[in-house]
Amino acid sequence: MANVLVFTELHDGHVKPVTLEILGKLAGQTADVAVIGDVSAEQVALLAKNGAQNVHKLKGANLDKYSPEGYANALAEFIKSKNYDYVFGGATSMGKDLLPRLATKFDAGLASDVVNFVFEGGSFAGTRPLFAGKCLAKVELTGPKPHFISIRPNALGMTANPTAGAGTAADVNANAGTIRATIKEIIKAASTKVDLTEANIIVTGGRAMKNAENFKILNDMADVIGATVGASRAAVDSGFAPHAMQVGQTGKTVAPSLYIACGVSGAIQHLAGMRTSKVIVAINTDPDAPIFTKADYGIVGDLFTIVPIMTEEFKKLLGR
Amino acid sequence: MDFSLSSEQREIQDLAYKFAKNEMIPVAHEYDEQGKFPTEIFKKAWELGLLNTCIPAEYGGSGFSAVDGVLICEALAYGCMGMNSSFMANDLALLPIVIGGNDAQKKKFLTPFTEEFKIASFCLTEPGNGSDAGGIKTTIKDGGDHWIINGEKMWITNAGYANLFVVYGTIDVNLKHKGISAIVVDPKSPGIEVGKKEDKMGHRASDTRGVRFNNVKVAKENMLGKPGEGWAIAMATLDHSRPLVASSALGGSQHALDLSIKYSKERNQFGVAIAKHQAVQFMIAEMGMKVACARLLVHKAAWMCDQGERNTEIASYAKAFASDSCMQITTDAVQIYGGYGYSREYPVEKLMRDAKLLQIYEGTSQIQRLVMARELLK
Amino acid sequence: MNIFVCVKQVPDTETKITPTSDGSFIETASIKWIMNPYDEFAVEQALLIKQANPAANVSVVRVGSVKDTEALRTAMAMGADDAFLVEAADNLDSYSIAKALKGAIEKSGKKPDLVLAGKQAIDDDALQVPQILAEMMNLPSVSVIVGFELNGTTVKAKREVEGGALEVYEVATPCVFATNKGLNTPRYASLPGIMKAKKKPMVQLSLADVGVSDADRRVKYSQFRLPPEKPAGKKFDATDAAKQKEIVAQVVGLLRTEAKII
Repeated sequence: MANVLVFTELHDGHVKPVTLEILGKLAGQTADVAVIGDVSAEQVALLAKNGAQNVHKLKGANLDKYSPEGYANALAEFIKSKNYDYVFGGATSMGKDLLPRLATKFDAGLASDVVNFVFEGGSFAGTRPLFAGKCLAKVELTGPKPHFISIRPNALGMTANPTAGAGTAADVNANAGTIRATIKEIIKAASTKVDLTEANIIVTGGRAMKNAENFKILNDMADVIGATVGASRAAVDSGFAPHAMQVGQTGKTVAPSLYIACGVSGAIQHLAGMRTSKVIVAINTDPDAPIFTKADYGIVGDLFTIVPIMTEEFKKLLGR
Repeated sequence: MDFSLSSEQREIQDLAYKFAKNEMIPVAHEYDEQGKFPTEIFKKAWELGLLNTCIPAEYGGSGFSAVDGVLICEALAYGCMGMNSSFMANDLALLPIVIGGNDAQKKKFLTPFTEEFKIASFCLTEPGNGSDAGGIKTTIKDGGDHWIINGEKMWITNAGYANLFVVYGTIDVNLKHKGISAIVVDPKSPGIEVGKKEDKMGHRASDTRGVRFNNVKVAKENMLGKPGEGWAIAMATLDHSRPLVASSALGGSQHALDLSIKYSKERNQFGVAIAKHQAVQFMIAEMGMKVACARLLVHKAAWMCDQGERNTEIASYAKAFASDSCMQITTDAVQIYGGYGYSREYPVEKLMRDAKLLQIYEGTSQIQRLVMARELLK
Repeated sequence: MNIFVCVKQVPDTETKITPTSDGSFIETASIKWIMNPYDEFAVEQALLIKQANPAANVSVVRVGSVKDTEALRTAMAMGADDAFLVEAADNLDSYSIAKALKGAIEKSGKKPDLVLAGKQAIDDDALQVPQILAEMMNLPSVSVIVGFELNGTTVKAKREVEGGALEVYEVATPCVFATNKGLNTPRYASLPGIMKAKKKPMVQLSLADVGVSDADRRVKYSQFRLPPEKPAGKKFDATDAAKQKEIVAQVVGLLRTEAKII
């Protein structure tokens, strides 16, 4: 049985879901959680429910906001005082920045962006994508311990019935040490939409949108999920949307993580412009529309009723 | 024997292809549709050193070999054959100066092209004389302390934008070839009338116009070589320019081949990608074979130039084979794309329109065969 | 001012990746190598700094195979002054690479004021080397930067985090920065630049020269394989108004639980 520490980040006082995914997957090992700052009893209970034995709350000067050096110093000092075999964290913006530095304080290795793992004879063995996901490989760690692992959020999924842990919470006096790079200011995400070619999520309307005004329902959905709105050539030619919004052979070639095609029939020139999207959702009244041949999830139905329902569902899911 | 490019040549080729793919292909359709002259792209290519590859290092050029020149030209034509016509016209106009000019002329006319972005036109063809270049009617008369040019030129690439003309005329029509002379002319000289832009089938981004010379006075020192040496300069120029023009056909062919391979793997008919159908496979095989042959001819013709060997025969093979192949390959690309290929929505119909001109300009495919036969039968 | 830019040579983005038959790595024989695209932003930023501070020296450092030196030559053709190449296999782990980079920077004899690198290399996508290097060199670091302003010896850098928010850091040099897309527009290597690059010095070192051995490997990869084929899509009939809500909820749920996208 391995001795594991899971570093969790807080978002508005809540532990990030990836922590719970990791804890669930660690069933059978001894798992503690470390958090920087305070965490509510309710959140400690949630961590316990998912398997946390001890919840260490690292508190000290200059740890009120993130800094790669401050967090790494504080965590390193704490980890050195314990005897962990493995330290896990989420491959989030912070995790990706922090964990390599933290691991190096132990001259230890870090397996980053792992999407699945097991313990083989007590040793970590993970799977991670390489070459932009074009291939997968087994990843193992060697050298000084503890070994570090960052887990891609949403990859493991939640464990349905996790084994609970004791969930004993205690404060730890932490030392941020010398911090040279400090955050002076945080600029909130601008409301301006990212360009189609760079967007992570795209919602596209086709000829079935009927007019430019109807694009409002797509904009509403896009606002909820942080998407950029595009249009098919048919919609652009009909004057519903400007050419800058066109996805397809003579428009923009896009490859978002999620592409939601609403009332797009799926002419080959459109498919050519978006076929490398990771996940494609299509909404169309015509069950034989070619777009369905490319869609991971197809919904046969009227976009004018489906899209508003979907917007509500996304709101629920994302808690917005 | 060595068919491989040097690491430096591969870098040059990579840069030129990167430029073609990032700067030219995304806008080629728009420039073609609107018949817009690509000033910005032209200038950017110049800034990167992709233009005027014929200018020797001692006059400020990069010191490219003819092989380097065809590598760059192929890549830029891959981006857009039409835009490349405009780019290449600079070399076609400057080559007679490189070949026939004296040191002072080279310094005066070539060096400025390496110092700032400039455009040149090569003025040979006339309304009544295309293939029969020897029958030039434009006259260059001795005006005492200057030359006086009268006549009309046709299909002059870049004429509306040029900073320099190289004009071919005759000092005496009766002397036929022996009267032909080449002279550098400032396009702003009084008496020059540049006509309206031609509305062409392809190469629509390039600027093509008629130019009329009405008693245009030109300084004596602007004549390249002696009066009557123009024909020899023109013939020597062709040995350099034919591999270049052939390489532009090669670039267009390579683009059509790449698009055809990609599309045939994406397009399904009868439940499988059309690339699985032998009818399509054979067309693609034919394209690949022609591209490979054209490339060997182009590289050999350019390499002979660099070795100082007379390449007239091979250069004509290269020009005729590369451009005839380009026509066939782009036509087959449209065939592979089917109905979509015939639509302006897709890139291949433009390639087919652009390809046609390559069989016509810089010595038609028929003239090339005359040259070949003359070389073979002499 | 001494600026070091760490670059990696990676397969062209259009390359088809094929695992070797024994799964130990990928087939590299016919790969066209390019400079890691995120490293181009690092090179460009270094050159922009050099433009403003002509006395600055920009060195590029790379660890990898010597068969093809595309990435370093490109960086020098863009305008970098000199290059250091540590010969190594193309599948070293991040720890070994960072240690080799540190060793090469030390071997240069120049004291670094700025170290720049792409935020990740698009081969192993590990996002580790700049931070490890910073820790090994005992320097501060700011990763995933999309903004960079140098005033004297102080840098104001904008780091992009989830959802597009920006953390604005202030840090004194020397410091390590990991660059992201959006920081600048990398220039082309011009043809005169390519010609000049030939004459620029490229120092070649071995792993032993920079104090790295097999014992420095921390991460072991094996069983390289292609990801499973994408299964056929699911189609739901939502023409019946009574079922619409349930079906849409199901699809949205699948986007999270199955597609793991939202």
